[in-house]
Amino acid sequence: MFAGKAAKIELREFELYYGDFRVLKKVSAAFAANAVTAIIGPSGCGKSTLLRSINRMNDLIEGVRVTGEIRLDGKNIYDPDVDLIWLRARIGMVFQRPVAFPLSIFDNVAAAPRVRGILSHKELVPIVETSLKAVGLWPEVKDRLGQAASSLSLGDQQKLSIARAIATQPDVVLFDEPCSALDPIATHTIEDLMQSLSEHYTIIIVTHNMQQAARASDFTMFMLDGNIVEYSPTRELFTNPKDTRTENYITGKLG
Amino acid sequence: MRNKEKLVEILLTLIGLSSVTVLGLIILFIFKEGLPAFAQVGLWQFVTGTRWSPGKNLLGILPMIAGSFVVTAGALVVGLPLGLGCAIYLSEFATAKTAAILKPTIELLAGIPSVVFGFIGLTLMVPFIRNFFGGPGFSVLASALVLGIMILPTMVSVSYDALRAVPPVYREGMLALGSTDWQAVKMVVLPAARPGILAAAILAMGRAIGETMAVIMVAGNSTIIPTSFLDPVRTLTSNIALEMGYATGLHRQALFATGVVLFVIISILNLTARVVVRGKTR
Ligand SMILES: Nc1ncnc2c1ncn2[C@@H]1O[C@H](COP(=O)(O)OP(=O)(O)O)[C@@H](O)[C@H]1O
Ligand SMILES: [Mg+2]
Repeated sequence: MFAGKAAKIELREFELYYGDFRVLKKVSAAFAANAVTAIIGPSGCGKSTLLRSINRMNDLIEGVRVTGEIRLDGKNIYDPDVDLIWLRARIGMVFQRPVAFPLSIFDNVAAAPRVRGILSHKELVPIVETSLKAVGLWPEVKDRLGQAASSLSLGDQQKLSIARAIATQPDVVLFDEPCSALDPIATHTIEDLMQSLSEHYTIIIVTHNMQQAARASDFTMFMLDGNIVEYSPTRELFTNPKDTRTENYITGKLG
Repeated sequence: MRNKEKLVEILLTLIGLSSVTVLGLIILFIFKEGLPAFAQVGLWQFVTGTRWSPGKNLLGILPMIAGSFVVTAGALVVGLPLGLGCAIYLSEFATAKTAAILKPTIELLAGIPSVVFGFIGLTLMVPFIRNFFGGPGFSVLASALVLGIMILPTMVSVSYDALRAVPPVYREGMLALGSTDWQAVKMVVLPAARPGILAAAILAMGRAIGETMAVIMVAGNSTIIPTSFLDPVRTLTSNIALEMGYATGLHRQALFATGVVLFVIISILNLTARVVVRGKTR
């Protein structure tokens, strides 16, 4: 299905419980390297939970229990010997609301390398510059790196969050409804940005916006109630859905 | 309906004004009682004079100004790191259950009468300092330790609230970068909470500089400028409390003037601190 692209991440009968509540039900699927994969489905079906399982952000929630495996380059990230800090440096995450730390623009991006122990200003400068260039924010902010990040527009704050996420030099970047707080123009820029980033990164995006999935992704996964209903190349899923539930959802009769 | 609303508004305004009026009257009274001393002794002579001997009409309060400063600074050195560390632990590292037990316990400290703190200082710290460090035991050090503990509840609960008010997405955003909990606290949570932590420090400082009873009991109260942490000191508040009971005439006016000086110092400290906080908030 990936048309020659390698599988970067693989879920094997992965299940997640919040206490006794089983949110993900024996999910098995792979995500292609250097492609954009969209996860769509009605609110509450487990999209965010699935995404946050991949960088183990769900570990922060009390009472979470998992079974099965998630493999990153073949290595099960739920193995006891996996270092969470290492894992999260390899898998960046961008949240629904832009996260602009109450710091300068420079320090917002530099936070990522600093976490890895890169502290000298001389080393930080090129990393910050490269990351800001990659998201197209550099021309706009290069003369005011010392200003508070909160002075940026929401769309630019989201670009800043993306710059920070790639400043750790990850392989994978996860996006959880990254445009839901943005206006249409900013949304389009972020979508284009994801496409161009997919050249170097494996991108997974959760969205409730079907047009967005259709526009910006190479593969689309449709989830319902903790299960994967259908998963295929994006064009195929939207033009020729095999499952009636998928058809109902994309034509607006469901969710 | 409209009229009733108007009435409530007027009433609330009056109540608000009345508390300001009371404050104004208190200030007026202190100044009225104290100003004659400035006139007689001379303002400069009064605040820079190093001898306080009312019997001989020597009325210089520099030792007490120095005493208040050094004791307050000492209290902050003891109380700020301890209180902030405690708040960080409670807010960022303790489980919800632990925090639910520890925080009210620390706040209980605020309910203990200051004379009890003074008593503990007198019976435990003063002899300890005398035996291990020398000197009379009644000292700057004893006062700083007692006050440092007394400002803990303020420091802990105000900075705890500031830390809790930091949006959880900041912590999440840091952890998602692969940071440790401590890195998230150091790099983002503390900077975000800084205005509130500074406010906590200001309140704690106000508490320390104004505290009287506990300090009287452990400070030794001699009217000399301390040159070591083991020397006894007298603070501005102690000076008033110790002598107001029997003072008359110029002596009494000089004590009110001491109050004026204290009032001015506290106002200046508060104002500077507020400017600092506002500068950091932006
Ligand atoms: N921290 C949590 N504790 C308990 N249940 C949760 C928690 N987070 C999410 N859920 C539940 O798990 C289900 C899936 O949530 P989520 O993954 O956020 O869905 P989606 O992102 O598809 O809208 C929902 O029913 C939600 O109520
Ligand atoms: Mg969601």
